[in-house]
Amino acid sequence: MQDANQPDWPSDVFEVLRAQRVRQVCYLPDAGHARLISLCHACTEMRPIVLTTEEEGVAVLLGGWLGGDRGVLLMQSSGVGNCVNMLGLARTMRYPLLMLVTMRGDFGESNPWQLPMGQAAGTVLQAMGSIVFSAERPAEVGQVVEAAAGMAFSGNQAVAVLLRQRLIGAKRFEAAR
Amino acid sequence: MNEERFHRRALVADVLAGADDRLLVVAGLGQSAWDVTAAGDRPLNLPLWGAMGGTLALGLGLALARPERRVLVITGDGDMLMGLGSLATVAVQRPRNLAILVLDNERFGETGNQATHTAPVQAPQEERGAGTDLALMARGAGIADSDTVRGPKGTARLRQDLLQGEGPVFRVAKVLVERLPLVLPPRDGAHLKERFRLALLGEP
Repeated sequence: MQDANQPDWPSDVFEVLRAQRVRQVCYLPDAGHARLISLCHACTEMRPIVLTTEEEGVAVLLGGWLGGDRGVLLMQSSGVGNCVNMLGLARTMRYPLLMLVTMRGDFGESNPWQLPMGQAAGTVLQAMGSIVFSAERPAEVGQVVEAAAGMAFSGNQAVAVLLRQRLIGAKRFEAAR
Repeated sequence: MNEERFHRRALVADVLAGADDRLLVVAGLGQSAWDVTAAGDRPLNLPLWGAMGGTLALGLGLALARPERRVLVITGDGDMLMGLGSLATVAVQRPRNLAILVLDNERFGETGNQATHTAPVQAPQEERGAGTDLALMARGAGIADSDTVRGPKGTARLRQDLLQGEGPVFRVAKVLVERLPLVLPPRDGAHLKERFRLALLGEP
């Protein structure tokens, strides 16, 4: 899917995370995060942590911060719903919680089961006290993630970046004929 | 069976006796947090007042960040049941410096002592559980060194395993259902975080 004329935004995100000295990379996979996850696995300065549910990541990153590690939580929009109560931890404890959310149930979604959580993800994050940014064009992703990371780590704040479906491309479901 | 069960306060006090700066303690919400505080409030304790289900995951992040320190997670059966997936997450990372002690009283202690899933099958309706074996679940998740301990004769060995055994170490201690005085840690989360980081890292 790589277009030579388009910026390689997963690499841009990776470079921002590395420059920000992010070590603990908590994730539940999503197709939109696949390349970034591979880059993090290949980086000796990072510790990828695969989760069984996204809320674990909210708690892992508090533990990491208590020990002096910076981290990030990579997840799909449906994972935001799994995090809701645990996001209270970020507000109560006031630690940096950087979340990169690949959107489903967004622009052009063809699986209607994704629509409810996808449409609610931004509102839910805001309701739990997270700052929410959005990136839709490949060229702006690195810049938006950099701003979000800076605000999270310098402000002990939960900050989410929604990587919109228009950026990632809507997943197609074609039944076999 | 009751004579084989630990008194939770005494057990936690024994495990934490003489704790120095090399030991970082994360305590799950409710009675585990009060037990750890009763053993002596210290900056390198992180007693939780919420975030049910997240205690072990928090301990994992801390253990990975500070491999030179020992991290001990002390929590209850209700909190562990809510975070079962984190057993598998810990197993993938295999932190050698992480130990977990589950104080299993087979009850949701903060809400009226309703039976949890670890309560026995053979019991009157309201006290019935499934006999869920958390140590077996931990082993199934990939934490090989997992066991259930009945006491109080096993206390010394349990303490040694938790403080010195090669992690991840997972222990379930069957404890009595007791009505104990509340010994409360500070409530403000940001304060708990900052005093912990100051003691460990020298910066808030």
